[in-house]
Amino acid sequence: MELYRSHVLICGGTGCTSSGSDKIEARFHEEIKKNGLEKEVKVIRTGCFGLCEVGPVVVVYPEGSFYAHVKEEDAKTITEEHLLKGRIVKDLLYYESIEEDSDQVKSINEVEFYKKQVRRVLRNCGVIDPENIEEYIAMDGYAALGKVLTEMEPADVINIMKQSGLRGRGGGGFPTGVKWSFAAGAKGDQKYMICNADEGDPGAFMDRSVLEGDPHAIIEAMAIAGYAIGSSQGYVYIRAEYPIAVHRLEIAIGQAKENGLLGKDIFGTGFDFDLEIRLGAGAFVCGEETALLQSIEGFRGMPRPKPPFPANKGLWQKPTIINNVETLANIPQIILNGAEWFASIGTEKSKGTKVFALGGKINNTGLIEIPMGTTLREVIYDIGGGIPNGKKFKAVQTGGPSGGCITYEHLDQPLDYDNLIALGSMMGSGGMIVLDEDNCMVDIARFFLDFTVDESCGKCTPCREGTKRMLEMLVKITSGQGEEGDIEKLEKLAYTIKDSALCGLGQTAPNPVISTIRYFRDEYEAHIRDKKCPAGVCKNLLTYYITDACIGCTKCARNCPVNCISGEVKKLHVIDSDNCIKCGACMEACPVDAIIKR
Amino acid sequence: MKSLAELAKIRDEAKNKIDLRGKKNTRIVVGMATCGIAAGARPVLLALVEEIKKRNLNDVEVVQTGCIGVCVLEPIVEVYNETGEKVTYIEMTPEKARKVIADHIVNGKVVSEYTIGAKKA
Repeated sequence: MELYRSHVLICGGTGCTSSGSDKIEARFHEEIKKNGLEKEVKVIRTGCFGLCEVGPVVVVYPEGSFYAHVKEEDAKTITEEHLLKGRIVKDLLYYESIEEDSDQVKSINEVEFYKKQVRRVLRNCGVIDPENIEEYIAMDGYAALGKVLTEMEPADVINIMKQSGLRGRGGGGFPTGVKWSFAAGAKGDQKYMICNADEGDPGAFMDRSVLEGDPHAIIEAMAIAGYAIGSSQGYVYIRAEYPIAVHRLEIAIGQAKENGLLGKDIFGTGFDFDLEIRLGAGAFVCGEETALLQSIEGFRGMPRPKPPFPANKGLWQKPTIINNVETLANIPQIILNGAEWFASIGTEKSKGTKVFALGGKINNTGLIEIPMGTTLREVIYDIGGGIPNGKKFKAVQTGGPSGGCITYEHLDQPLDYDNLIALGSMMGSGGMIVLDEDNCMVDIARFFLDFTVDESCGKCTPCREGTKRMLEMLVKITSGQGEEGDIEKLEKLAYTIKDSALCGLGQTAPNPVISTIRYFRDEYEAHIRDKKCPAGVCKNLLTYYITDACIGCTKCARNCPVNCISGEVKKLHVIDSDNCIKCGACMEACPVDAIIKR
Repeated sequence: MKSLAELAKIRDEAKNKIDLRGKKNTRIVVGMATCGIAAGARPVLLALVEEIKKRNLNDVEVVQTGCIGVCVLEPIVEVYNETGEKVTYIEMTPEKARKVIADHIVNGKVVSEYTIGAKKA
């Protein structure tokens, strides 16, 4: 390996790849060759930088210049100006959207988005080449595995996990060390270590990004966990919809085997551990641990009752530990830096950091990692850069369909496991969908129920039938057919399903309904009593009007797909409400905002 | 992987190569505008990088910059220490660059005969 004077890091996460970062990479290679810089400049494809909103992202070191929204042809400009002549291409630098009059930010260290973050899980994402094991080793990779195998007993490893206070990042929040101790104490000739990479929550993508950006960290953590519980075989259960993550994981497993970091007699200590990938077909329920086990065994992914818990009877009835990707990503660092280091940030019962996937109505869409206990306000305004188009913040849906919404009045609440549950939501996998005043909360509840109905495996009646009935009622309300008493019926059904469903999917499926009724009951009432959708989303409850502001330009009439707008040139136009299909095309076409919906 | 020593060896070798991506104490800035390149800044830059690699100087970064404005004195190299104080070297060559690394960066002794002050005097 040569030493280069400059490194060009191109984001190879799914977000940036889908906006063409692979083509940009190819173009950089071409331009660098053309200018004879192959020996001076190295191009590296990394994992997700986090600020997906401004992707494709390219960072040039040593300056740390953060280029945003890079296009293919920009590769030429950056090569000729920055790499060849040392002039940073100011026009392409990321513009800080948070402060309107701020200057362009020159270096990645100056970006507001990163300032409040503490990147532990994501520390290597966007820094190293995930397809090169040497770069991971350079960042102290596999040192934790070495330390565990040569200096520690399995019980010590479990103890350090318990002391650290690490809790499962997949949703439930069960203490990791305690879980491991169950499997370590269980009897069985063979034990299994499973990584749950079946990330199905709408809006969550941190597990994918970790696997794409730092796959070796997961391999290392699984081997450590395997040692702690006495397992020699691991599986990564990952959904086939994550092709880049699967690809990089395959490469990483291959490299680990070549280097003797997986397989027999690791570090000459006699410890054997092997790892295989199992692809899931993308069923939401397969993220539930017992359904996941069924799926690996080759059956339909359906949950079974617990107990027995997988730690005692898991895969093929053998003791099995299932940990989520983000949980695992913390483990090597806890071993290297100690339990106190890990517990030094966070809240009393929630230690460490949490990765959130920010999506929806927010300026900086992307992936953030913050200490537990950071307030919602800091997330939305300081890191997320606020709500676009000057709209008002309404709520955040956390934890996907298993979670609920937290609202304006909770902006100063610290985000941790227990607080979120107290607010009627949950941490879940960490998806955060930001909603503004234009979102109808009844419609949001309907959206999530729609998802759950699709994803219910059908094994138990409460979930199979109950969620379907709830969805029907929500559809009824949003289409203007709601009746008095519907809210109470919905609530009753919701709590019945919660108490009787077989697995986590069904037990949490009513959460979006319960929490939206709790905080936005008035919106439900407006739909039912007044037949109005206050946010202007539910089509059947809307009517489009043309106000006096109309200048008679005829644009609306020309854009109307059903020809229901009439009026003479330069005179007020009128919409025929009976024929209007409420598509909104006229509203978009109007140059003077004369069309309103009520 | 048979031992921790083996892992440590790989780590130390690989660390140097990705060191560009961290914060450094010393910063060497090379003028690489058209005038600088025409005057021979590129071989100077490469010599600096090579010398730094040879000596495992992990906390030194080499960056390039645009025209400093005194084109007649190019190639220009500026060395900033951790407090931001700088020394400007002018009319550099690869040989001079190597000496700057050895004397100034490693031993902390400014090579005054190459500095901009020497020219004026």
